[in-house]
Amino acid sequence: MSQVTMTVNGKTATGDVEGRTLLVHFLRDELQLTGTHVGCDTSQCGACVVHVDGKAVKSCTMLAAEADGASVETIEAQAADDGTLNVVQQAFQDHHGLQCGFCTPGMVMSATALLKENPKPTEAEIRHYLEGNICRCTGYHNIVKSIMAASGQDVDSIAAEVAAQ
Amino acid sequence: MYNFEFEKPTTVAEAVAALSSDEAQALGGGQTLLPTMKQRLAMPEKLVSLTGIADMKGVSASGGTLTIGGGTPHKTVADEATAYPALAALASNIGDPAVRNRGTIGGSLANNDPSACYPSAALASGATIVTNAREIAADDFFQGMFTTALDEGEIITAVKFPIPEKANYQKFEQPASRFALVGVYVAKYAEGVRVAVTGASEEGVFRWTEAEAALSSNFAVSALEGLSVPADGMIGDLHGTSEYRAHLVGVLTKRAVTAAA
Ligand code: FES
Ligand code: FES
Repeated sequence: MSQVTMTVNGKTATGDVEGRTLLVHFLRDELQLTGTHVGCDTSQCGACVVHVDGKAVKSCTMLAAEADGASVETIEAQAADDGTLNVVQQAFQDHHGLQCGFCTPGMVMSATALLKENPKPTEAEIRHYLEGNICRCTGYHNIVKSIMAASGQDVDSIAAEVAAQ
Repeated sequence: MYNFEFEKPTTVAEAVAALSSDEAQALGGGQTLLPTMKQRLAMPEKLVSLTGIADMKGVSASGGTLTIGGGTPHKTVADEATAYPALAALASNIGDPAVRNRGTIGGSLANNDPSACYPSAALASGATIVTNAREIAADDFFQGMFTTALDEGEIITAVKFPIPEKANYQKFEQPASRFALVGVYVAKYAEGVRVAVTGASEEGVFRWTEAEAALSSNFAVSALEGLSVPADGMIGDLHGTSEYRAHLVGVLTKRAVTAAA
């Protein structure tokens, strides 16, 4: 066991980890931050996406020891303290961007990372960026729509809407 | 996954020393190694992370050569390899954004997955693989599926790419894995054209010399008319037969030439 210290959602977190402890397990089991989900064992689903030093990573595919000294942000830090949703979360609610919600923490963290680097993404750019996030429920259209809306863009022009008109 | 000891040196020399023990393995971004360890297909006793070595990160261009530190993530290459746009484009389409933020060029080349993107770029560009001990030409580096010229404990510290006149990479993506079902990298230099194919052969990345000869005398799609690679020795699996992969090599080479020209 060795000790790691990182900043998680603005607070210092310290704990003992094994070499093999994954960041997602440290977050969920040690820090009780269970908003970050584990949807697969193969690094494919993206339910576990968090930000490490501002970058989206799959926390199931990063060792907790590798995050020693880093700043980590999870889904728990997205809403304001009074529960007010951030713009991406609110857009997911408004546009029905989730059904069961299992993929949503990863979707929101990926979407937030995208909008930081590309504030007005096209529909194609959103779909490309979400390639590592799998959703079993929504069929993605409403997720794409939510992210378009969160970036302040018109959502009527996305492919599914055009097809329905 | 089985447990292991973890070390994170900050210099290449420390990393080499840490890797000298038996059953120690280097860890790049971990985007392949950690999933492999979760499946218990690899069980090193010690992992030596290379992500803390500042000297192994970064992209720089000078005198017609682009040099990328072995520990540079794909995302950084995508953003900063502006002197070699085809390579930046390849990097921007590896895996997914989260994978690109962690996965490194050195890790990809050292692993030499038969469907990875980077080996085709290194081979088609005639790149030089720089390690802690020596420099290895790409033509000598790749030695078959998951096999390279690297010795035990040898670390890729940088990769040097001669910048071509024109180049393009075409990836026919396997949508579940995001690896190349087949990928073709075409690079045109003053001395001639090089064509490297990933994803297709049971021997891993290879050069399609027939197409190289044809394109070197005439860099046009028409030069490829009638050329094909044999299905023999191509990978055949549930995603595509060996005939299908062999066919894709021809199609993607044409697309790459069209896009590069
Ligand atoms: S749990 Fe991390 S990618 Fe599926
Ligand atoms: S909402 Fe159920 S998996 Fe995406």
